[in-house]
Amino acid sequence: MGKLKLLQGNEACAEGALYAGCTFFAGYPITPSTEVAEFMARSLPKIGGAFLQMEDEIAAMAAIIGGSLAGAKSLTATSGPGFSLKQENIGFAALTEVPCVVVNVMRGGPSTGVPTGPGQSDIMQCKWGTHGDHPVICLTPAYVQEIFSETVRAFNLAEKYRTPVIIAFDEIVGHMREKIEIPDKGVLPVEDRPKPACKPSEYLPYDDSKGDVPPMANFFEGYRYHVTGLNHGPDGFPVNASPRIHTDELRLMRKVEANRKEIIRYEDYMTDDAEVVVFAYGVSGRSGKTAVEAARADGIKAGLFRPLTIWPFPEEEVASIASRVKGIVVPELSLGQIIFEVDRCAKGRCRVEGIYRVDGDPITPSQILAKIKEVK
Amino acid sequence: MSFDYDQYIRGGKLPHIWCPGCTYGIVFKSLLRAVDSLKIPKDDVALVSGIGCASRLPGYVDFNTLHTTHGRALPFATGLKMARPDKKVMVVSGDGDATAIGGNHFIHACRRNIDITVLVFNNFIYGMTGGQYSPTTPSGHLATTMPYGNIDPSFNIPDLAKGAGASWVGRGTAYHAAALDKLIVEAIQHKGLSVLEIINACPTTHGRRNKFKSPTDMLLWMKDTALPVTAFDKLPPEKTAGKFPTGVLFKREAPEYCETYYGLVERLKSPKEGRA
Ligand SMILES: Cc1ncc(C[n+]2csc(CCOP(=O)(O)OP(=O)(O)O)c2C)c(N)n1
Ligand code: SF4
Ligand SMILES: [Mg+2]
Repeated sequence: MGKLKLLQGNEACAEGALYAGCTFFAGYPITPSTEVAEFMARSLPKIGGAFLQMEDEIAAMAAIIGGSLAGAKSLTATSGPGFSLKQENIGFAALTEVPCVVVNVMRGGPSTGVPTGPGQSDIMQCKWGTHGDHPVICLTPAYVQEIFSETVRAFNLAEKYRTPVIIAFDEIVGHMREKIEIPDKGVLPVEDRPKPACKPSEYLPYDDSKGDVPPMANFFEGYRYHVTGLNHGPDGFPVNASPRIHTDELRLMRKVEANRKEIIRYEDYMTDDAEVVVFAYGVSGRSGKTAVEAARADGIKAGLFRPLTIWPFPEEEVASIASRVKGIVVPELSLGQIIFEVDRCAKGRCRVEGIYRVDGDPITPSQILAKIKEVK
Repeated sequence: MSFDYDQYIRGGKLPHIWCPGCTYGIVFKSLLRAVDSLKIPKDDVALVSGIGCASRLPGYVDFNTLHTTHGRALPFATGLKMARPDKKVMVVSGDGDATAIGGNHFIHACRRNIDITVLVFNNFIYGMTGGQYSPTTPSGHLATTMPYGNIDPSFNIPDLAKGAGASWVGRGTAYHAAALDKLIVEAIQHKGLSVLEIINACPTTHGRRNKFKSPTDMLLWMKDTALPVTAFDKLPPEKTAGKFPTGVLFKREAPEYCETYYGLVERLKSPKEGRA
């Protein structure tokens, strides 16, 4: 038995990071994510880790990449406007393959929007926020316990695939308090980045000949190499107008695409015989579950598909549901974003109906239930 | 015996990208001589840069090198240094990189007084993008985005650094290369944030447009307008108009950021004092 605690989602996120071995945090205060930074500010100095409040979110993102390159598992946390500011350096981490975890506690937007209210309207930004093609892993926990375990998983995926991983949850689950169990050390797996086994003189930091994820040497460990945000060759030095750029960008995408089975996680609740399935994540997923239970009580065959991994998108799973059901209901705290993906995968095989809300309140189970009844 | 640059230059990475007449090569060599004289193991040095012609320098040197995003070298370097406070972290930045897009990071790195050596290559222009005005372009100078002469007031980089809290501030020029070696050595040795402004010439995008007939003219301009700070300070203002002081312009003892932070970490280890 681990330790039982009553924690807020944001605190559970920080606890998860520490469990995963995070020793470096840089951030900039912003509602509704600030408690992550505050927790790390209390905890990291006690374990000899580094905590930095930087001058802005751009700097915070840069600092965690620096920290990670020097060997520390690194985290930053932010919301809406701050997430926008981080985008250029998220792309830098993706191209240079520096593991790091970025938490986005979603509020209403655009601009300053609704700082204290929940939102789910950054979900496309999580995938497309930085310029250029790049791999993305984005996790969407909905319960405080899940925020803890998915944060551990985020670090593992970042380290294993050498890529930034985004954790996106909304203000409601970020601020909600629930009882959680923090498992003992060793219960949840903790992964570290692949390290080179070769001699420093033979090290090629971006060698793709032995697999899609090249081993990563930390700075100051004897493997002197070059890291650049320019497209680069196996040795890390810039290349211009070369076929390598094309093959290397394909490799970056493949790190995620070829490992969908491992990366994609979801809760599948009573979808087997369902005629209507609710596709929802985060707080909308919680309402979705209550709605499905109410529908079942009314004799309606409803089910819930709740992705814990939103990017890469669970394409096959949604396609398979679409071929079995009459309709998919997509509640989201936006004016309709993730529904585009559901629609793309459903390919017209069933009805796809959205429920949108951006007034600062969550979508209620009764709103979803009404839509389930309409679709069945 | 002549200095062996090859021990620091990465095999096969030359020729560099810099134009004929660009003074960055002179400063590059000065940096290598300075680092060599300090006998710091290459494995223990990280050289970090942003984006621009100056920022291409790290790619040529056999250290741990990090070429980041425009203006952001200092926060990347801050991350490296906080994670490994025992290592030497240096930054190479252009005038635009350090004081325009990176201006906020620049002043805050100075304020923290973290032990990073910052070399600002000031060529008074955005070289890499083809000659747009920067925060240091002199008044009246022509730039592609100041086609009628620069109307923007400019930054004095050492004043900015000092005002923001840097604990060592100096200025050298590409012309005075021997003196520059010594300044770089002192900047690296200083514990705390050191800013060394290095006056450079960009003949391609600045000199040609501004009545410098050749790159040599730009070097001669440095020779004529730079005055050692000791001499500069003794002259009345009318004699220093149009000139700039070089050398160590300012230094002070101040707590270094990593020492303070890891001092806190040590304090928290003793249960009596750790109240958090
Ligand atoms: C975010 C961003 N904005 C703009 C640019 C384009 N850019 C590249 S280098 C540069 C200016 C560089 O000037 P400076 O820092 O003075 O360096 P120099 O080339 O003169 O050495 C600019 C504006 C960029 N790379 N990134
Ligand atoms: S454009 Fe100017 S700064 Fe850039 S390499 Fe050429 S001369 Fe040097
Ligand atoms: Mg410049």
